Amino acid sequence: MELTGAQIIIKELLHAGADKVFGYPGGSVLDIYDELYKSRGEIRHYIFADEQGAAHAADGYARATGRVGVVIATSGPGATNLVTGIATAYLDSVPLVAITGNVATEFIGRDSFQEVNIVGVTMPVTKHNYIVNDVRDLQGTIREAFRIASDGRPGPVLIDIPKDVQKSVTEYGADAGTTVLDNTENRRESFGLNKTEKERASGLIKNSERSCLDGAIELIKSSEKPCIYAGGGVIIDGASRELAAFAELIGAPITASLMGLTAVPYDRSYFLGMAGMHGKYAASKTVAECDLLIAFGTRFSDRATGDKKRFSDGRKILQFDIDRAEINKNIKTDAYAVGGIKEILKALLSSKELRDGIVNRAAARSEWRAYAKRLKSSPENDIERSSKRLPPKFVIETVKAAFGGNIVVATDVGQHQMWTAQYFGFERPRSLVTSGGLGTMGYGMGAAIGAAIGTGLRAVLFTSDGSFHMNLNELATAASYNVPLTVILLDNNALGMVRQWQTMFYGGRYSETALDRKTDYVGLAKAFGARGFQAEDRAEFSAVLSEAVKIKTPCLIRCVIDSDESVFPMIPPDGAIGDIIIR
Amino acid sequence: MKKYTVILLVADRHGVLTRISGLFAKRAYNIDSLSVGRTHMNGVSRMTIVVECGDDLLEQIEEQLKKLVDVLYVEPVIDRPAVTRELMLVKVGHGGTYSDSARIIEVINVFRGKVVDMAPDSLIVEITGQEEKLNAFLQYTERFGILEVSRTGVTAMLRGGSRTN
Repeated sequence: MELTGAQIIIKELLHAGADKVFGYPGGSVLDIYDELYKSRGEIRHYIFADEQGAAHAADGYARATGRVGVVIATSGPGATNLVTGIATAYLDSVPLVAITGNVATEFIGRDSFQEVNIVGVTMPVTKHNYIVNDVRDLQGTIREAFRIASDGRPGPVLIDIPKDVQKSVTEYGADAGTTVLDNTENRRESFGLNKTEKERASGLIKNSERSCLDGAIELIKSSEKPCIYAGGGVIIDGASRELAAFAELIGAPITASLMGLTAVPYDRSYFLGMAGMHGKYAASKTVAECDLLIAFGTRFSDRATGDKKRFSDGRKILQFDIDRAEINKNIKTDAYAVGGIKEILKALLSSKELRDGIVNRAAARSEWRAYAKRLKSSPENDIERSSKRLPPKFVIETVKAAFGGNIVVATDVGQHQMWTAQYFGFERPRSLVTSGGLGTMGYGMGAAIGAAIGTGLRAVLFTSDGSFHMNLNELATAASYNVPLTVILLDNNALGMVRQWQTMFYGGRYSETALDRKTDYVGLAKAFGARGFQAEDRAEFSAVLSEAVKIKTPCLIRCVIDSDESVFPMIPPDGAIGDIIIR
Repeated sequence: MKKYTVILLVADRHGVLTRISGLFAKRAYNIDSLSVGRTHMNGVSRMTIVVECGDDLLEQIEEQLKKLVDVLYVEPVIDRPAVTRELMLVKVGHGGTYSDSARIIEVINVFRGKVVDMAPDSLIVEITGQEEKLNAFLQYTERFGILEVSRTGVTAMLRGGSRTN
């Protein structure tokens, strides 16, 4: 069957199961959009207000569902608008395929209209990227891109397709045949690099079973105060159940990074929540006092570790990750194994040696676990004593109570993000969509819409006046598609997190953080075709929320909070548990 | 900080050199030299990169390189006998008299270099060897007046039957 490049793109999107895509049309992708038009019964395309919003939507869709998110943009400015979205996905290991059009091959390199070398621009923030100069390579490239995006440690892949390649015709079969790419993969294999990352990683477990996994088991057996630290890898691999079973087996409390926060329901007594700079007191203290930290699928971000030396001193570090390059990158480990988190946990759970050996120090460990549980219910772990009219904690807990667990929560970046992480009490993996690594303000609107579209659930976006102003245009998108989106906007009339640092470390000199916006949020919501509400105290908020719960279309609640609300606890940068500031 | 040699086989594809140099740039690894050329295998190029780093960072460099899709094979040369060579062209100026050039040629012979071009006031020397030898040669010929230097960067191969394919 002879097809054009644009037709092949549609076929391959469907082959990959991408029936919902996000994007923005333009001159260099007209052929693709023409085919989208013809295939609109099979593929649903969502147009955003800006390519950045579309990229964040594809990211939110991917995080909430576990599937690969797809975003399409035109050449030049369309492509560069994707960059923040791609970098956000890269830093949090989110599977994304970005398809950009480019000017026709004969115009490339001549500074043509809307021409940019997007492959060069995105090289440092993609797992891999391509420019397809020959339509015969297109099918194989798209298949390869989806595989790379989701295989092993997921990440974004960009495919740049010049306009003439979209128009060119070639023979298309359901089987992609042998491509240049397959040759590369086969060669990698012949040189000892396995075909897929997953295979490679599990090969490493098998090869290292004697050295690595045994070393790990040895460490676990001899630990009296083990602490599990769950990262995003647990969520990506769907290993929550195995993680809980492992914690039960060895009698360890569980803590998490921001990316791993939804690994275990917060109501489990042995789960202490997020550790790190703005982590829960109990979690950070347990990490600091354990004699063995067992890390699953985390890169030990500086926001989580603080001072790296004091983080590692006095305890052993055991690290499990699918990406070998994460071992010893930020924190030196005492033992490690490389592989899928689920696979590693299964291997640990079925290890007779571990089961037999674990009984020896059971008494000490059960005392340690009881201590961790006591920390969780200690007064230091629940420090919010705000007497303000509308405390953020009240807002977040009231939202949780009103909507229950069956929603997807998205956040922007800043104080409200940390409050959400601390107070929401997540119940289900993938129920939180948040930009951790890159810390992208303006992420939330697009991501929440993408997450709602992907899951069919209501999305609740916690945002703030600072972040919201970065991508509020996407409220129009939510209204166009009647997305069930509830925006909880915590308006402190400031860039709260930066302001907090200025209070604590810059002598209260509030350089450019007092926003003094004149925005009429209720009117703005209405102007975009959404509903708008406002609340200035607890009673008002409760009343407004009980109305918002009934609304299935986009709505926004502006919550007026105090400018001096801060995020505590806080371990200052390069600090350790001893430096923790409780209030 | 030590110098390490890393041997790489890469797919001979669009942008592969940019990907590798880009990785070094974004992760702030120091490249001392990089040489690249085709191999006997169709579509496979070979690179030799000399890096300056500590042991910990070498492990990172190796693992990060392995993650690049176009990288087929990575071998840091540590504790294994290897042949490392670099080729250098040096243009040396001389006074134009026979005795001037004779003195230079004497030095070139000691270093087992070759004169590959002879002009009335200068000559070009081709010399191969390990980095240290090339540095020593430059140091010695400085007194004659060096006009130009072009070095290929180090290329390396493990000794014996061990095969980096």
